[in-house]
Amino acid sequence: MALRFYTRFVALSTAVLIFAGGLVTSTGSGLSVPDWPNTYGWFMFTFPLEKMVGGIRYEHSHRLIASTVGFLILVLAVWLWRSEPRRWVRRLGYLALAAVITQGILGGITVLWYLPDPISIAHAGLAQIVFCLTTAIALFTSRSWASAVSPPVDDVVLRRLTIVTTAWVYVQILIGAVMRHTDAGLAIPDFPLAFGHLIPPQWDPKIAIHFAHRVGALVASALIVATAGHVFYRHRRSGVLVRPSVLLLSLLAVQITLGALTVLTARHYVINSLHVVTGASVLVTSLVLTLRAHESRLGTRGAGMAAPSGGVRVPPPRGALEAGTGGPTRSGARA
Amino acid sequence: MRSRFHRLFTAGALAFTAATALTAPACSRSEEAPPPPAAVSNPVDPATAGAVTGLVKFEGTPPPAEPISMDSDPFCEKQPQNRTETVVVGEGSGLQNVFVYVKDGLGDRVFPVPSTAVVLDQKGCRYVPHVLGIQVGQPMELASSDNTLHNIHAVPEQNREFNRALQLSGMKHTHTFSTKEVMVPFKCDVHKWMNAYVGVLDHPFYAVTTGNGRFELKGLPPGTYTIEAWHEKLGTQTQMVTIGEKQTSDVAFTFKS
Repeated sequence: MALRFYTRFVALSTAVLIFAGGLVTSTGSGLSVPDWPNTYGWFMFTFPLEKMVGGIRYEHSHRLIASTVGFLILVLAVWLWRSEPRRWVRRLGYLALAAVITQGILGGITVLWYLPDPISIAHAGLAQIVFCLTTAIALFTSRSWASAVSPPVDDVVLRRLTIVTTAWVYVQILIGAVMRHTDAGLAIPDFPLAFGHLIPPQWDPKIAIHFAHRVGALVASALIVATAGHVFYRHRRSGVLVRPSVLLLSLLAVQITLGALTVLTARHYVINSLHVVTGASVLVTSLVLTLRAHESRLGTRGAGMAAPSGGVRVPPPRGALEAGTGGPTRSGARA
Repeated sequence: MRSRFHRLFTAGALAFTAATALTAPACSRSEEAPPPPAAVSNPVDPATAGAVTGLVKFEGTPPPAEPISMDSDPFCEKQPQNRTETVVVGEGSGLQNVFVYVKDGLGDRVFPVPSTAVVLDQKGCRYVPHVLGIQVGQPMELASSDNTLHNIHAVPEQNREFNRALQLSGMKHTHTFSTKEVMVPFKCDVHKWMNAYVGVLDHPFYAVTTGNGRFELKGLPPGTYTIEAWHEKLGTQTQMVTIGEKQTSDVAFTFKS
């Protein structure tokens, strides 16, 4: 029970961290603290609060939140190692820990090397992976994942649709990161048209990146609507599919609005940062839907936990699991 | 599952290592030693040296200095000067903060490098001066007179980028530029409104216009020169000028909004 709440808390904390990172780039504060891992020569955690002025406020807060999330994920990995019977879930914990450590190093390198685009974009891309990992762990340790209340669906179309949608949303986020770190956010200054036209009448690399992000948004929207539509049409009684689909559509509407407002407000830093974290939320919601669509194939219920009628699941002994399949079984394990 | 996990992990680690290795040479900030001072060649004869003087004017209605919101730092909020200094027009429509220099015409002459440091101070949450010139290899003293945190961040295209912390009032860093570059932008990432521009040249013939828009380039050998006037917002203009022995030629530039 405690682990379930904790994994959700960690996932939520990761979202907060992404928002804080968005504030750093939106305010152009990435180099306001020239040193790393120290802050103006102070050990990070002893830096005086009254000196958090101007851009330092955003950059140093981001570092503090990142350190906290890193610690939370370390605790999560240890917790999973000590108590989680499914080896592959424990490994996800280790992977999340490795990812967040790498993310911290990338963050440091990007400061020390004056925000080189490839490193900054990798930092933005890996942040999404960390969020995906913490969200996936929260899902795999949730009550609904292991329970028999809602039987998983076996729908090959849905499986493919969700994979394509999630992959495309991630690509779209990477294009957004390229746009953000190459300062192309206002390369097309109007919305919804581009210089008054459907297709920009003039081109340069920044306009191309910006336009690619807009076209990518259209494709992502179409995929999300198609995926959600498929769920509503084929699996309307499956709560574990309908709920993330509804959330996905809602987040999409918010995200498009925020994208438009980002341009129309000339990249107001709060709106811009909300656009970043909402994009990440679209990604992880799509991921949750993808994992739900694959739940029958992951076979975690049979391999992982039994669900007695009282709703309390008793994990089988770790040795028994590891000596068996060595991991999740295929759908046959659910029967 | 085990082999798949290992393959995934190994591929990820290899990709990250490769990406880091590929980007490291381009991104690393290894300290460049300043070039050794070249021997002075073909020195200017003071007996024949002339000068170029002139005036840079602004034509039209100058844009008003915009107020700057400095409330992100309580120290800066109390500072009296809180307006932009992008276009500063003074007496007789003279345009201030224009960097005027000899762009071409000096041939292969090599000039002595002054040992006196040029000072760029962070004072009242502004860079002082806003525009300045320096020679390649000449020391530049980067200082802070403010009781708040600043960083000094130079973003050149030809020289090495650097970003230094100035924690305390009275702290200083010294820097030298290795290549000529007009202009090197400076900023403070803590305080967005703070910026300055530094013209780095391999000769001493440059000036920054004062409040009345006037400038003087002294000690030039006789010859024909391309003189360029650079302004951070209004762009650049060039003029050809010829000076004879001990002659002073006058040039005028006019910028419009």
